[in-house]
Amino acid sequence: MEPVKINDLACNDLPWKINYDAERCTLCGSCIAACTFDAIGPRMERRRMIYSDSEIPEPKTRFYARPVIDQQNVLKNYCRGCGVCERVCPNSAIRASRNPDSRFQVVYQCATGSAPKRGGRNNLEVQSRTLDTLRVGRISQMTDPSLDAQRHTFDCLAPLGRILPAKSLPLQISADGKLVQSSATPPVRWIYPVIIGDMSIGALSWRMWEAIAMAVAYLNEECGLPVRMCSGEGGMPVRLLKSRHLKYMILQIASGHFGWNRIIQAMPHMVEDPAGILIKIGQGAKPGDGGLLMAAKVAEHIQAIRGVPKTDLLSPPNHQGLYSIEESVQKMFLSFNAAFKFRVPVAIKVAASATSVSVFNNLVRDPYNIVGGFFLDGIDGGTGAAHDISLDHTGHPSVSKLRDCYLAAVAQGRQGQIPLWAAGGLGKTGNLAADAFKMICLGANGVFSGKLMLQMAGCLGNDLGRCNACNTGLCPAGITTQEPVLAKRLDPERVAENIVNYFLGMDTDLRKLMAPIGNSALPVGRSDCLVSTDKAVADRLQVQHVC
Amino acid sequence: MCRIGALKSRHYLHPSKALLLMQSQQKGHDNSGFAMVMQDLGGRFADYKQLPTLSLACTDEGLEITQGLLRTAGFRRVEEWKPAVNPVPGLDIQALPNYVFQTYDYPESCRHATDREKEDLLTDTRLALRAALEQGEEGFVYSFWPDVITLKEIGDPRAIGTYFNLWQEDEVFTARIITAQCRQNTNYEIVRYAAHPFFLQGYTALANGENTFYQKNKEFQSSLHRGYIGFESDSQCFLYTLHYLHRELGWPLSTYKHVITPLPFEDTVKRPDQDQLLAMRQSLAHLEINGPNTIIGVLPDNTLFTCCDAKKLRPVVVGRDTDTVAISSEVCGINEVLPHRDWETDIYPNEREIVVINDTLEVQRWNQ
Repeated sequence: MEPVKINDLACNDLPWKINYDAERCTLCGSCIAACTFDAIGPRMERRRMIYSDSEIPEPKTRFYARPVIDQQNVLKNYCRGCGVCERVCPNSAIRASRNPDSRFQVVYQCATGSAPKRGGRNNLEVQSRTLDTLRVGRISQMTDPSLDAQRHTFDCLAPLGRILPAKSLPLQISADGKLVQSSATPPVRWIYPVIIGDMSIGALSWRMWEAIAMAVAYLNEECGLPVRMCSGEGGMPVRLLKSRHLKYMILQIASGHFGWNRIIQAMPHMVEDPAGILIKIGQGAKPGDGGLLMAAKVAEHIQAIRGVPKTDLLSPPNHQGLYSIEESVQKMFLSFNAAFKFRVPVAIKVAASATSVSVFNNLVRDPYNIVGGFFLDGIDGGTGAAHDISLDHTGHPSVSKLRDCYLAAVAQGRQGQIPLWAAGGLGKTGNLAADAFKMICLGANGVFSGKLMLQMAGCLGNDLGRCNACNTGLCPAGITTQEPVLAKRLDPERVAENIVNYFLGMDTDLRKLMAPIGNSALPVGRSDCLVSTDKAVADRLQVQHVC
Repeated sequence: MCRIGALKSRHYLHPSKALLLMQSQQKGHDNSGFAMVMQDLGGRFADYKQLPTLSLACTDEGLEITQGLLRTAGFRRVEEWKPAVNPVPGLDIQALPNYVFQTYDYPESCRHATDREKEDLLTDTRLALRAALEQGEEGFVYSFWPDVITLKEIGDPRAIGTYFNLWQEDEVFTARIITAQCRQNTNYEIVRYAAHPFFLQGYTALANGENTFYQKNKEFQSSLHRGYIGFESDSQCFLYTLHYLHRELGWPLSTYKHVITPLPFEDTVKRPDQDQLLAMRQSLAHLEINGPNTIIGVLPDNTLFTCCDAKKLRPVVVGRDTDTVAISSEVCGINEVLPHRDWETDIYPNEREIVVINDTLEVQRWNQ
């Protein structure tokens, strides 16, 4: 027997432990084949057996070798708890269980000299959510009747684009007494109030990204829901840039400018304008941190789209040369507005922060009217890769900050001029319609959501540390990987179908919330229809406290 | 549910007609008040159409405060009418000591002022009076505007009519347009300011319904104009939106319907004027109304109109004969005041139209 040193890594140091039942196992090998992390492997165990082969007991000892499945106690291959082994085992012989006594954070850092990185969401604070203390509590009855979610018509669209105050509209009265427009106004798109948030074709497998794009096209063309999808930083296939489906896409540019060389080269060949441009300044999951795509995921096709070699791709924490909000407004926004000849709304995405209102005020007061949307992303947003410490220990919830921004606009009589779009853990409990509706009542024009799409696709991760391996390129569901073998685990058509079905259900749910408050249009800023059972939340958000 | 009514005639009408219009609908309202705005005045105010008339209900102290403020501002009184009251015991009315309708000439300083400057002066003066009277709860100033009289009171409309002798028709107290409503505020606190019709700078509005976008409307309107105050009733928002569109933005009345009850997007995109419609909807999204509503409005040029919410959740009917048009929540009211009209010409407006009665009594139906 080998001596064991106390400082050696042991399986009980790791966050997940494999429970294996040799009696049930048929050694079919499915679990080992399915585990993308090589966290389990076959091993021969020496077993001792006591037996007697005479009529009266004469205990004898026999040793024999038995093949078993065993957990690897290698830091690189630690079990992520994804549970794929359990899913594929025909005999329920294996499963991963959470190790409450894990020493992982310490041993990882001691062994590697670096902090853990992962994907997913904030795992530190996953208990109660502010939105769950809110209810739609102002129900129309008697004098203002509820509407009928099935029978009445509802206008569930939200603006993306800079909206001028009425007094600035270039409208004149013609000779026949009608209003005519004498000059152009900033472009505004009326779209579905849920945007599929910015996940790049690099963070996601090409099959996952394609599945979302297919779902968006189907929702638009077959279901009549004008859902838009944001590309994420990293460009998109040139074929799509040149196709008519580009109109469903919001192109993102972030500080790495990945993919923009190809976008710009494709511009003369575009047959449709994109739905919008989203300049990413910050991200709720890792505010103050740049983008990160590990080299493991920079496959050949990603290198081609982004025009980069195979290496870790880091977008800087800030846009280079950007030293003030004013500069971002004047240079970046003007550039992108001009690039698309002022036909495409240009919006900004920032991480919720104690300073969000200041940023918003600067933008809403800009005299050039070129900021077409304020996307506010909160701490519970997801990411494909980040330092664990950023995910867990930096950030700001988006609910109160969204409310602050809206009320700041109200105080200035500027509500609605820059549409507010909010995100960050919305739909975390599975019900995006409820979260979206509450955010809209608090002042959002719409919401955006990314992580939930992955869950629709079969993502096995959760906010209790399960899987969260999006950064490794070893996604067991084929969602966040560029390995062809793994990506093929994902059925894009099935994923697209799931997303379409979810959106159809969500659309019904939105009506089921609009109907009882008697509204046929989205109740943007109607905080009077929300109540909270939490006094502190009620006071902070300026809604009615109920008990 | 409120009941609302309006009369517009070639001849001067006495308020008894408005009481008659509303009385038969009393099962629909709760007889908790009576309020009316009279425009295009006759009788003793007929000769003062260009001069502002103050409509005031107040205590003795309030009257002194008002007179003092107006005197200081340089307004000179040219006419005054205090209705002779008839305080029969047992009347259901919470009357104030003084009801005053006074017509004033403009201050000397206004001799060369434009109409707009004079109008701004009147509004500022009324707001100052209101603020002064509110301090000690000394009274209510409803309107201070040329050719307009407003009366609002809490109690049973029949009793209020008796108290002010409004049941007895005469030639002294008449107008060509009378809008009326017989209910005090039911959603919020009962204050006289909360009773429809509401009046601002020549615009009148009254409504039967609920404005479920009240909070949005109110938050937005509060920053649009100094006269958009009070918000004691969610229906005040309808007046302020009308005033903002028509007077402040200078947009035609037809845009009112587009702003308060926009066409569904799927219909908008089929229209040749979709750009203008979307621009209006976007910029004034917070003036959209939701909930069931019928609105009656009057413009400064004495145009009378009515329109409904986008789902037609509240009733309204327009009836007429050669000399008079009546708008009422229920047809029974019109049957009382225009019993001999051809009821087949009655109009039951739909959810997508405005019925407009211009000063020649021509009735037009505008499809949104």
